[in-house]
Amino acid sequence: MTTTRRVLNTAVGIVLVLVFLAPVYWMVNVSLQSSDALLRTPPAWFPFDPTWSGYAEAIRTQGSHLVTSLVIALGTVVFTLVVSAPAAYALARFRLRGTLALVLVVLLVQMVPGIVMANSLYPIFSGVGLLDSYPGMILADSTLTVPFAVLILRTFMSGVPGELIEAARVDGCGQWRTFGSVVLPVCRNAVITAGLFSFLFAWADFLFAVSFTTGNTIQPITVGIYRFVGNQTTNWNGVMATAVLASIPAAVLLLTAQRYVAAGITGGGVKE
Amino acid sequence: MTTNTRTTSGTSGPRATRRKPGGNREGLVKWTFVLPMMLFLLLFFCYPVLRNLAMSFQQWTVASFYEGGSPFVGLDNYIALVTDPIFGGAVLNTALFTAGSLSFQFVIGLGLAVFFQRRFPLSGTLRGLMLLPWLLPLVVSGAVFRWIYDEGFGVLNQLLLGLHLISDPIPWLSSTQYALTSAIIANIWVGVPFNLVILHSGLQAVPASLYEAAALDGAGPWQRFRMITLPLLRPVIAIVLMLGLIYTLKVFDMIMILTGGGPANASETLTTWSFALSFEEFDFGQGAAVGNLLIVVALVFALLYLRSIRNTFSSGGERG
Repeated sequence: MTTTRRVLNTAVGIVLVLVFLAPVYWMVNVSLQSSDALLRTPPAWFPFDPTWSGYAEAIRTQGSHLVTSLVIALGTVVFTLVVSAPAAYALARFRLRGTLALVLVVLLVQMVPGIVMANSLYPIFSGVGLLDSYPGMILADSTLTVPFAVLILRTFMSGVPGELIEAARVDGCGQWRTFGSVVLPVCRNAVITAGLFSFLFAWADFLFAVSFTTGNTIQPITVGIYRFVGNQTTNWNGVMATAVLASIPAAVLLLTAQRYVAAGITGGGVKE
Repeated sequence: MTTNTRTTSGTSGPRATRRKPGGNREGLVKWTFVLPMMLFLLLFFCYPVLRNLAMSFQQWTVASFYEGGSPFVGLDNYIALVTDPIFGGAVLNTALFTAGSLSFQFVIGLGLAVFFQRRFPLSGTLRGLMLLPWLLPLVVSGAVFRWIYDEGFGVLNQLLLGLHLISDPIPWLSSTQYALTSAIIANIWVGVPFNLVILHSGLQAVPASLYEAAALDGAGPWQRFRMITLPLLRPVIAIVLMLGLIYTLKVFDMIMILTGGGPANASETLTTWSFALSFEEFDFGQGAAVGNLLIVVALVFALLYLRSIRNTFSSGGERG
């Protein structure tokens, strides 16, 4: 291909990205304008007179919800990895009776609609006092992350060289010791990928958040935005500033861990 | 991972398992690896799904939560659903939402995947940036589209007015005529990256030599696409459509934040309706019944999906 063709392709690619990401641009643009400026038509294409008042309001009204989501997301990551990593290793490596059936079950449970989970977990949670609680949200969000993490970790762990495991076993390591000191370090990237996506899924969850929290004690950021949008549709800079803040984990993930992202999408099936 | 779009494949390397005397204890230790996950699946999938089935045959009210009464009512919930005037609309909306989202996500995703197959500077970076909508929380994307669609101040109407394509602002979200279409467009935007990534990795697996041979034989770009790309991509296409379908069926966040299913149920799908029945009207029995309908539909497509990946699946799994 000639150089001009290549440069032309790059130009077309940039235009495609700009058009496709226009909504994201407008989110940032609106978040930096004043409420008054946003009531003028047509809207300014660029924040020529930027103001941080939207962000000030976002942090004032939604800051605690961001912290709530952070706690839930981190808790989900820990719980998910603790449950999924050993299981994934067993499903990848051990010849246990019923392994194949278990993998099938893990694949199938991913397809249970979230609304069914919300509907049936609500009375269960209500009975055992898990509504409006961090443990309840972490457990609910883990239904989104555990199957995903098991499948993606299993794929990677079946690629660990058998000699490594054999060597540890010959040295007298038990199964758990082998897993902890050989398999996990070797699969560090896969564990990071599973952890990052678990964080993102829990952070983005809206259905469980809106079903299992009443807003009295804890309120995740997704519910915060939902109520924010519903209440004050004239206060768009505050809403968009909150949206920008809630996008930070996704942006960080894309910028710092891009190579894991494609692996996550192709490896784990569907986003909830 | 570039040529591999499945969740289940993997190289079956040498096994860690060794048969030793005392293998029974060894076997027990191995089970401790899967036990926490099995407990979790039992408590948080099997039990809720069965519970949901039971709930659909019970009458639930607000009082059920305080006094505990949820009497068995047989098929009453299902009969109430089918005879509800909302039912037909919700089924139709779900079908339209799914078909509309899927077809455009797929065509746009495939177009972009073919484009990004070309080698040019920044190709990888630009393709990576395209993933952003998939990574954003749906509520965030929904909030952004809520502003874009705003009748008075949103950029979409201002743009269309400025270009003289319309003479009056369109009430994108508040008219029964446009609400569903608006939700579909927003959902297409969210779903394109997923199609792009999976189709792109599928395209990487098509040998370049085939294109070269076809080009030598005088095949044009369109012919090469139709005669080589599409046939070889068919398994990947099947997977991307199947997963997209299962995913789109249960979309909740986007519709909820854009329209809440309204106005006048114009954008109500089975998922949002189920939520409204349970969490707004506290009729968890009917909500459960709608949920079970969704499970049946999802299950049919899930089985089709499992059948389509069966080949890769059996090569990666170990049997016990």
